[in-house]
Amino acid sequence: MTELAATVPRPAARASRVRLWLANPWRRPRLLALLGWGFIAWSLVPVGIAILFSFNAGRSRSVWQGFSLRWYVQDPNLSVLHDPILAHAVLQSLKLASLTMLIATPMGVALSIGLARWRGPVSTASNFLMLLPLVTPEIVLASGLFLVFAHLYVPGGTRLFGRRAQLLGHVTWSIPYVVVVMRGRLFGIGKEYEEAAMDLGAPPMEAMRRVLLPMLAPAIFAAFMIVFALSIDDFITSQFLSSGEGSITLPMLIYGTGRTGENPSLNAVATVMLVLSLSAIGLASVVLQRVARRRGTEEAAARELVRFEI
Amino acid sequence: METLYPRGFWPAISLPGVLWLIALFVVPFYAIAATAAGRLDPIFGSSIPEWNPLYWQPDAFSFVLDGLASPGGIFREVFLRTIAYVALAVGLCLALGYPVAYYMSRLRGRLRNAFLVLMIVPFWVPYLMRIFAWVNLLQDDGLVNRILAATGFLDPQSWLDGRPSTVILGLVYGWVPFLILPLFAALERIDPSLIEGALDLGASPARAFLRVTLPLSKQGILAGTVIIMLPMFGDFYTAQLLGTQKNAMIGTLISFYLTQATAGPAQGRGAALVIVLALLVSSLTVYYLVSTARAARGAGR
Repeated sequence: MTELAATVPRPAARASRVRLWLANPWRRPRLLALLGWGFIAWSLVPVGIAILFSFNAGRSRSVWQGFSLRWYVQDPNLSVLHDPILAHAVLQSLKLASLTMLIATPMGVALSIGLARWRGPVSTASNFLMLLPLVTPEIVLASGLFLVFAHLYVPGGTRLFGRRAQLLGHVTWSIPYVVVVMRGRLFGIGKEYEEAAMDLGAPPMEAMRRVLLPMLAPAIFAAFMIVFALSIDDFITSQFLSSGEGSITLPMLIYGTGRTGENPSLNAVATVMLVLSLSAIGLASVVLQRVARRRGTEEAAARELVRFEI
Repeated sequence: METLYPRGFWPAISLPGVLWLIALFVVPFYAIAATAAGRLDPIFGSSIPEWNPLYWQPDAFSFVLDGLASPGGIFREVFLRTIAYVALAVGLCLALGYPVAYYMSRLRGRLRNAFLVLMIVPFWVPYLMRIFAWVNLLQDDGLVNRILAATGFLDPQSWLDGRPSTVILGLVYGWVPFLILPLFAALERIDPSLIEGALDLGASPARAFLRVTLPLSKQGILAGTVIIMLPMFGDFYTAQLLGTQKNAMIGTLISFYLTQATAGPAQGRGAALVIVLALLVSSLTVYYLVSTARAARGAGR
């Protein structure tokens, strides 16, 4: 096949090439390659265009009028910096994601270690319980959370809707992801290292603090970042548990004004959201890849990172 | 060795997480059932959850089932539309995603790493940003129409005036990456010598594909399909951003009944709709799990 392609295309060779291709289109996957790279272009170009137009000097969403930071900082009324609603949404998303990360990650790490070592029927049941949110459509969990915050969890008659309910919802949603991130690493490490430390005289707590946790550190860091990115991206839970303007997050802002809003700053808002999400994931993947490279494969780390999303 | 850790240490550190999930995952599930089977406030007429199953009432349920089943029922159209959109979008995702995953599984070396990285990027671009990018492109004066006008290939269209095709393409765009990766994982695991064996034994390439590659990737197809179907059934934001009220999906109804129309029996009906959706989706998940278990048993034999 390669020799054929290299020769000057005489009519006979060309005919046989067509015949060969018809007989086995997969052998030299030109068509597939076209489809594959075409797909990549299709999936990335629209987002790239949105980023590009967030730097547009004019109002148009489709005509390039020169580069500027107008929609980020310069415009006195409409830019992300100066429009109070946009600026507030950025802050609200950041606060929510940071708090979710700080609460969900330690709890999830403890849960994952506990579940990996604890044997018994309760542990099996807890494992099952922990996995359920991963196969539940988010709208179902969000509806349930809405109902408990409307009717059951009303301490002293106050509804928690708004930032507090959003935080509780995001943490619930994130815990299983932390456990899944940690689990891969935990099973890889096994009990031997702690046991060795204890054989050498370390008390159990010390073995955990000085041996297990440092070995888990990259995974813990990745879990922090992934929870942050999940929270920044989340829409349904934030929307169902919101209350009024104070709790509008970035995705909610895009949902609410994406269709009607003539405000070109939305591209800038979306870009800010993208930067937050991608930098968290970038950090996580750099750390995971460092660990993986020590063990040989880069690709495994990338794939591991993807599995969490699924 | 485990005895060196204080007794009950593992349960103790698991406890906060487990309690959290019980309070904010199990109880909310029960709250959905309790609200769907609840009663109405005697004064305000609004839905109240009934926590005791002995007093559960079927009113909201029968209302929703009636709206789904009877011809001309109020939920019927939305429900059928949701199923049609999801079915078409999943079909298109498979038609597009399978060849792409196949191509990716055949790449080697640097090219493969580059492709994998580019493939992963959409996973971490916020979903709403990806859909919003299309809102810009598909405006009446957006880039798509500009390009169409410039090439004369097709007359400019108003893409966002409630066309099912726009919403379905939005769903495909949004969810297809989540299908490709499990497919890729399944295709990559196939031993190439099996395909070579089929070819050597005289199978035509098409036959080898149909009889070897396709059956061996069945688990990946199933896994990917379930993974994208779960969120698609609850997705109402894509239809909202790329369509109009004409494209409302079941999630739109749930969101409306629960969080906006709080007066009267709306919440109970919303909760009953959630249960219908959850049953639909979990039957798909159970089918997937059973078939995976069967495949695993078959492989072990």
